[in-house]
Amino acid sequence: MSLRKFITNKTTAALAVLLTVFANTSVFAQDAAAGAAAAPKVDMGEVYKSVIFYILVFLAICLFIAIVGKSIRVYELSREAQGKPVGINWNRVHASLFALFLVLGLYGVYWEYTVHGAMLLPDAASIHGKRIDDMFNLTLIITTIVFVVTHILLFGFSYVYKYSAKRKAYYYPHNNLIEKIWTIVPALVLTVLVLMGFLTWRSIFYKVDDPKNMPIQIEMTSEQFKWTIRYPGTDGVVGHKNYKLITASNTLGIDFKDLKSRDDQMADEMVIPVGKPIKLILTSKDVIHSFYMPHFRVQLNTVPGMQTIFEFTPTITTAEMQQKTNDPNFKYLFYCAKICGSGHYNMQKVVRVVSMEEYKTWLAEQKTYLNDDLRKQFNLPVAPAPVNSGTDSAATDSAAVKTNQMALNK
Amino acid sequence: MSTIALHDEHNHDHADHGHHKETLISKYIFSMDHKMIAKQFLITGIIMAVIAMGLSILFRIQLAWPDKNFPFLETFLGKWAEGGRIKSDFYLALVTIHGTIMVFFVLTAGLSGTFSNLLIPLQIGARDMASPFLNMLSYWFFFTACVVMMGSFFIQTGPASGGWTVYPPLSIIETAIPGSGLGMTMWLISMILFVASSLMGGINYVSTILNMRTKGMDLWKMPLTIWAFFLTAILGILSFPVLVAGVVLMIFDRSFGTSFYLSDIVMGTNILPNEGGSPILWQHLFWFLGHPEVYIVIMPALGISSEVISVNSRKPIFGYHAMVYSLIGITVLSFIVWGHHMFVTGMNPLLGGVFMITTLIIAVPSAVKTFNYLATLWRGNIRFTPAMLFAIGLVSFFISGGLTGIFLGNASLDINLHDTYFVVAHFHLVMGSAAIFGMLAGVYHWYPKMFGRMMNAKLGYLHFWLTFIAAYLVFFPLHFLGLDGVPRRYYAFTEFEFMKKWLTVNVFVTWAAIMAALAQVAFLFNFFYSIYKGKKAPQNPWESNTLEWTAPVEHLHGNWPGEIPTVYRWPYDYSKPGHDADFIPQTVPFSQTMSSNLPHDFEGNEEAEKIQQDWEIANPVTENKG
Repeated sequence: MSLRKFITNKTTAALAVLLTVFANTSVFAQDAAAGAAAAPKVDMGEVYKSVIFYILVFLAICLFIAIVGKSIRVYELSREAQGKPVGINWNRVHASLFALFLVLGLYGVYWEYTVHGAMLLPDAASIHGKRIDDMFNLTLIITTIVFVVTHILLFGFSYVYKYSAKRKAYYYPHNNLIEKIWTIVPALVLTVLVLMGFLTWRSIFYKVDDPKNMPIQIEMTSEQFKWTIRYPGTDGVVGHKNYKLITASNTLGIDFKDLKSRDDQMADEMVIPVGKPIKLILTSKDVIHSFYMPHFRVQLNTVPGMQTIFEFTPTITTAEMQQKTNDPNFKYLFYCAKICGSGHYNMQKVVRVVSMEEYKTWLAEQKTYLNDDLRKQFNLPVAPAPVNSGTDSAATDSAAVKTNQMALNK
Repeated sequence: MSTIALHDEHNHDHADHGHHKETLISKYIFSMDHKMIAKQFLITGIIMAVIAMGLSILFRIQLAWPDKNFPFLETFLGKWAEGGRIKSDFYLALVTIHGTIMVFFVLTAGLSGTFSNLLIPLQIGARDMASPFLNMLSYWFFFTACVVMMGSFFIQTGPASGGWTVYPPLSIIETAIPGSGLGMTMWLISMILFVASSLMGGINYVSTILNMRTKGMDLWKMPLTIWAFFLTAILGILSFPVLVAGVVLMIFDRSFGTSFYLSDIVMGTNILPNEGGSPILWQHLFWFLGHPEVYIVIMPALGISSEVISVNSRKPIFGYHAMVYSLIGITVLSFIVWGHHMFVTGMNPLLGGVFMITTLIIAVPSAVKTFNYLATLWRGNIRFTPAMLFAIGLVSFFISGGLTGIFLGNASLDINLHDTYFVVAHFHLVMGSAAIFGMLAGVYHWYPKMFGRMMNAKLGYLHFWLTFIAAYLVFFPLHFLGLDGVPRRYYAFTEFEFMKKWLTVNVFVTWAAIMAALAQVAFLFNFFYSIYKGKKAPQNPWESNTLEWTAPVEHLHGNWPGEIPTVYRWPYDYSKPGHDADFIPQTVPFSQTMSSNLPHDFEGNEEAEKIQQDWEIANPVTENKG
């Protein structure tokens, strides 16, 4: 591989690249109109200059590498001609580089853990979230130990057992005892993790409702690219809906023939009382989205054609979290985590965790979905007694009162 | 390509000299020789990898500088990057096609296709594949699949953009995203062609390995590469058809108005008539392939690295049987873990618990493999050839990515990590980086076998170190984005206050990715330059035991002139005490290595043991051996 040929080769390649760049201003099939409209916007001369600049920089680096490569070759040939041992012991070079990589790498990992590790989500703001965090920390400790030890062994062995003509490797095809040990030990560790994970998982998804502390139902409906929140109203139950009833004025397709629907309320943000179980009913109108609320360690997909349910209990109010994180602008959020189209990256709503009193006042101010237009559509009397204003929203607390409320609504 | 071929066909007489029966068209294009097909797979795979890497640089630029204009992007992409900024739709198309190409075309066809084709006949001692014609078809189906997939960049609505998992309804409803129009149809057609190609390949690999091993090559004398390819092919044969079934149903849903995956859907106020289907069904069908698929990707890489590490440590692979059993374990278990991709899809939580158990069990054979690699290095005599460097890199990535898998395999932890950058970081380490490193190790190691020439080692060193460092710089920080709750496939981080602190990390990651991409120039130059100008390869450049190095350097149809060599021993007799050289090829009978034979070499053959004992009594020099 002669230097001259190398360079000529590079240059031809580079010329080819440049030619392609200039020749094909429109590589892909698309309307000529779009291309024409976009043309006058930028002065392409500058652009080409900067592109050429970067290509030249890259070529210069290539040239530099080629020169270094050649000098190494010349050095090695001259050593050979003088009858001295080989110029560079590459095995030693790589062994040392691995050792260096180990040291720098471990420092890098430490740096990442401490610097980026400090930029993460605050402590979980829900009961089950704490269990998840505990599991996470346990897993992190175990995996970090394994990670560090195996890497020390991997790069350490690479350093220590680098090639030497004087030595012969140790013929050691197998050792059943050692193999059994390192099959059983990971199996045991994983059994512990599996058991803990399984129990945590069960505690999250298999909840038995406490009749004295019934969860508050909130329904979330996702569509491209927004969320619609539905509170159950005074009866504490989110009413039926049917996608076939969806119209411009009834965007959720709520079936107002169902009495439980008539008091359902709309909201711009999700406001929930601290310490109270919340039962999220997740549905989707169009494609699959994912309801993701990382501060509470909550995520579940919203799937068209079926309901998914996630129950959690918030433990820290927004105000408390603002203090904890030292950030007066802190907000809980929920957003979409499943690819759903061009607006996927901006599909969010604010969550406010407040005290029970605040929640009740806020809830009383929310409007119902049922309005006069919809009443006409569903052949309901247009001006009935106001459904939600007078009723006591505290009734949502207890299942016993629920039936009374329903009776009232009739 | 085809124009050259046609041209050549007409000038048959001129092109003919040099090879007697072969025309250019039968030698280079519709070749039925496994070595040529392997090269076709490899070069197509490399081209696809470069394209997919280019796509990734495009979306990395968007992530790093979401507010900046890059007018040169408009030069290339036209309306998809109007004003020099990539559009949100096109961003999703980029990630989708990047993923599809990398997973299927590069790491499945490019890796398995190349090395199974090259090594199976050469390492088991066969003249060619069981069905050379099917083998040729396998390549051309793959090639057509690539063309169709890339073709989707040249249509009005752009390529498929619902993510590489193409979850319906997003991928079915055209109004949901432009890419779900013709682009998605092309994706599906391409995928059917690809699966057909994979199946033809897989059936061929399995039947060749089972039926065409040379004399003496029993299953337990096969190199681990062959075991890995064998089990990979079985995985592919059993799982790919399920994907086709899913794809066919999706084609029906898209084009013929059925409702397998659709129900209760309203686009805006347009109520779709579909009823009774379930989008979750697709996820089950997809991941029933999709999870074995990631093992289809990693197992050949593990097989290659087993061979490379053993050869270059000058030591037998530690725990050969354990390595095979762990591969078998991974193969079997990989069929019952697909649900861990679906913990938060609303699948029955009971299933979540079950899939968590099976998923974490699969970590055990993986751990065994890792420890065995480490034990192989221990007290070795390590030669850092470029292939060896990449194999060590693979082990490192396999450890790092495997450990993060323990988080994701745990259903409870997955709740908060699902579909975040943690997942992206995890699979890019364990499936992306590790498998690519396995592939590169294979290329550097068997290049002399493929092209009869050596690659430049120093460019290989440069290539390794730049890629190794850059890959960690790219993927390690991404874990932390995920832990902060940043979802994947976000076009820009600008809409969320809390994500803004990660913008600097994104800039850093993008520069590291650009560095990694440029480092590949060293490889590409080395690869293509050495085909013509590389040093001529010696017969056995790495002093390796396996059968392929006994075949002549100059390729010939049928691999060996005269009889196929007979195999007498396992492929890992490196540095055997009592033998003068530090390797004993598989073709050397025990009668020629009396001084180094060990009792277990004879597998209980009493006659042979007796001969050995008699010899040892007659030659007392051997008393110092273990």
